[in-house]
Amino acid sequence: MSFQVMLQQLTTGFGSTLMIFCLTLLFSLPLGLVVYFGRVCRFKPLSWLVKCYISIMRGTPLMLQLLLWYFGPFYLWGMNIGGYKFTAIILGCSLNYAAYFAEIYRSGIESIPVGQYEAAQLLGYNRQQTFFKIVLPQMVKIVLPSVTNEVITLVKDTSLVYSVSYIEMFARAKQIAAAETTVMPFMIAGVFYYIFNFVVAWIMEWFEKKMNYYH
Amino acid sequence: MNLLEMKNIKKEFNGLKVLMDISLHVKEGEIVSIIGPSGSGKSTLLRCATMLTDVDSGEITYMGKKTVWMENGKPVTPPKKELKEICSCFGLVFQNFNLFPHYSVMKNITDAPIHVQKRDKTEVYQEARELLAKMGLSDKEDAYPCQLSGGQCQRVAIARALALNPKILFFDEPTSALDPELTGEVLRVIRSLADLHITMVIVTHEMNFARDISDRIIFMDQGVIAVEGTPEQVFSSEHDRMKEFLGKFHQGA
Repeated sequence: MSFQVMLQQLTTGFGSTLMIFCLTLLFSLPLGLVVYFGRVCRFKPLSWLVKCYISIMRGTPLMLQLLLWYFGPFYLWGMNIGGYKFTAIILGCSLNYAAYFAEIYRSGIESIPVGQYEAAQLLGYNRQQTFFKIVLPQMVKIVLPSVTNEVITLVKDTSLVYSVSYIEMFARAKQIAAAETTVMPFMIAGVFYYIFNFVVAWIMEWFEKKMNYYH
Repeated sequence: MNLLEMKNIKKEFNGLKVLMDISLHVKEGEIVSIIGPSGSGKSTLLRCATMLTDVDSGEITYMGKKTVWMENGKPVTPPKKELKEICSCFGLVFQNFNLFPHYSVMKNITDAPIHVQKRDKTEVYQEARELLAKMGLSDKEDAYPCQLSGGQCQRVAIARALALNPKILFFDEPTSALDPELTGEVLRVIRSLADLHITMVIVTHEMNFARDISDRIIFMDQGVIAVEGTPEQVFSSEHDRMKEFLGKFHQGA
């Protein structure tokens, strides 16, 4: 197999990687906020339940979770999982990352001085206004470096979907390497991941700079 | 008319009695200063009056409208909407400003009038500019709080509170976080408000300022009002604790 064909096949695989990455972020970033609300809910049973959820999501391997999400419905209810693989992957990744994001959001929100809430109360803002106008924007700035960390980890974690034999870049590299007995595809995949993360880090840094207008 | 009436206010924190049966009233247009040693309950009293802290027992009435009262031995407040309406009649200036760091000076001042009071944007902006001019901050409209000095921040905070047109304005040690130079500029601004006959309740450690500006001074000690009266009465009081407190002040001055 020529280098060019290899590159072309890996690029196609990279498209799938990118897709998993984008969809997971799209769902897990807002979902993290929902999980946060559950975590700090004053209705104790709910907050306890969410705490358990976070504990399980963080306490077990993502690969294992992916296998469960994919094969679970088949073994539990005999569901036909033929066309369900991609959904299972996005579901598994999003729910896992939402747990991490929720805790990052919580740390950010808890570091906002209580005086901000008091000022908002005195000015007559209601709870929604206080959260969305005062707390959330300040939280975003605080958590940005931690979120960058998670996002970079996610880029690399997309490779875990090979465990449910979904063919993205990493799985493709493995296939080619086995068939052609060469490490070349791994090296190319490595370069792809690195460049991707470089771009991600650059974008996140740009966001951080944009938020630098106050401190 | 009494704008604010507080009756038999009691508050403890973990068994520590901070306010022991405090009653006070503030008339329209009056300037009342609350002085006293640290830990005497001045700030707690202000926080109770502004509903930031719940009282253990007692009654609070704003403009004749019951705001907190006792029912079956527990303090109760009116329904949320009514309470919000009442609370819109007062403003508070904090010791450490509590400006919103992510908003510009202009947005700090105009956001609540526009989005809480739902007032007309151009009118609010025009009023905010007048307020900023009064505060001597006309050139700081687009600055962010982190670019301002403490004194400037506090003046923005005063403008922010005034923008909501409160009937009564509370100050919680407005100059305690500032050096003497910056203290002067903030006190000047508060004095200028006195000329406009805005009702004010000021917790302060600035004795000269309190004496000059106040219609009435309240000296608090260990959770009770120890001395109350006109500045002349209070500063010439024979009350032991008061004399001791002022003695230290005279020595320091």
